[in-house]
Amino acid sequence: MHEYIAIAVLIGLATLIALIAIVLGELFGPKKKSAVKSMPYESGMDPYGEGTRRMPVHFYLIAVLFILFDIEVVFFLPWAVVFRKLGLFGLIEMIIFIAILLVGYVYAWKKGALEWE
Amino acid sequence: MDWVIWLIWIVKGFFLAMFLLVGFAYLTWYERRALARIQVRVGPNRAGPFGLLQPIADAVKLIFKEELTPAKAYKIVFFLAPIITMVPSIIIAAVIPWGPQEPQVKLFGYTISLYVADINVGVLYLMSIASIAVYGIVLAGWSSNSKYAMLGGLRSTAQMISYEITLGLAFVTVILLAGSMRMLDIVEAQRSWWFVVIQPVGAAVFLIAVLAEVNRAPFDMPEAEQELTAGYHAEYSGMKFALFFMAEYQKMIVVSAIAATVFFGGYLGPFVHRWPLLGPIYMLIKIIILLFGMIWVRATWPRVRYDRLMAFGWKVMLPLALAIVFITGFGILLAQELGDPIYLTVIPAASIVAGVIAVIMVNRALTRKRILSYEPR
Repeated sequence: MHEYIAIAVLIGLATLIALIAIVLGELFGPKKKSAVKSMPYESGMDPYGEGTRRMPVHFYLIAVLFILFDIEVVFFLPWAVVFRKLGLFGLIEMIIFIAILLVGYVYAWKKGALEWE
Repeated sequence: MDWVIWLIWIVKGFFLAMFLLVGFAYLTWYERRALARIQVRVGPNRAGPFGLLQPIADAVKLIFKEELTPAKAYKIVFFLAPIITMVPSIIIAAVIPWGPQEPQVKLFGYTISLYVADINVGVLYLMSIASIAVYGIVLAGWSSNSKYAMLGGLRSTAQMISYEITLGLAFVTVILLAGSMRMLDIVEAQRSWWFVVIQPVGAAVFLIAVLAEVNRAPFDMPEAEQELTAGYHAEYSGMKFALFFMAEYQKMIVVSAIAATVFFGGYLGPFVHRWPLLGPIYMLIKIIILLFGMIWVRATWPRVRYDRLMAFGWKVMLPLALAIVFITGFGILLAQELGDPIYLTVIPAASIVAGVIAVIMVNRALTRKRILSYEPR
């Protein structure tokens, strides 16, 4: 448990460093605001429309696939720790689990979920 | 007694954070000098001997720059995003061991362990903190309310989460070989052979995934100057920009330290179990060599196109990482059942075959595309 308090102390220190850096910049930097300066940067053109507009649906697809496979990796972790105790049974069981997952992977691939135009 | 423990934690955390901060400053200098040498230039050499004061000059310049917040930005998130990016890049280093537990290092009568925290789920900690870094980037891109920043943030996020899976699987091979998630156990398990010898393809996969994870060249699409100006931190200036810059370079140092720990024997080296204070020195040498590798890659390879980057991550790295996990498991099982560690040599042999197959597949896919693209549609 002590170890986690050490990490919490480190988190506090890191946040402090970040805050000090920002405060330093706020203290010493010039503050001459103007309408042109506070426009979003668009290579010199006047910005057109909202900045956060609709985005390609493909990014959502990648996110969903990521969740699937990341959970798979999370399943792998405890399996890897006790792998020597599980022996052959563990290996075969994991192969079956991955085989089921690979069906979905192949489906996503063939459906073109991994392609970018 | 109690306040001494607190003092030790604070001092150790302070040392680690300072190491990363100073390391960040001098990594920028190191990178510019090394890149310059590779490109037959001299690089920064005006401020101080060999340009050693250049990072300080840069820091002072950034402090005196104006902090701009775009009028349409989401102010609170815009302020928090650099902090959320920077903090994980420091705290991820907490579990990295810098020296062996035995013999103990004594200072003023107190035992000083050469790590900040020794938790038994070290690898899980690394993976979870690495995931938090994504939040800072996506929030920075979104809260700027600017098209370039938004696109950069989206691209960066998609790329980081895609390669995170591969990274996780590379960690799994390490856990399989060490039989533990504790970082000290992982290092001690490499006393006879470093894991890079037993699982060379795993190490290669790890290093490539790590390049994508820290958005370094040739996977620096999010910061592609020619198309996105600066990606997710296009709207940031002054010290807030410096925090993003800091986070990127600290992540470089930290991932080099992690790669050194899990594949290149960590603090292990000659006599380290007699004089444990040699451990940090060996670590530092390994980190500097790995950092030079990253800089060399940046100087050598052009940027990868985004669709190829994602295709490479999902279609090549993921199956390859899965394959080497099972090859590692199979080899360990073989050595265990037949009772002879010589069968562990199955692992490097079979993984190299898998790696060569992957390289051939990539080559063939690229050649076919090249022929197709020359034909009129």
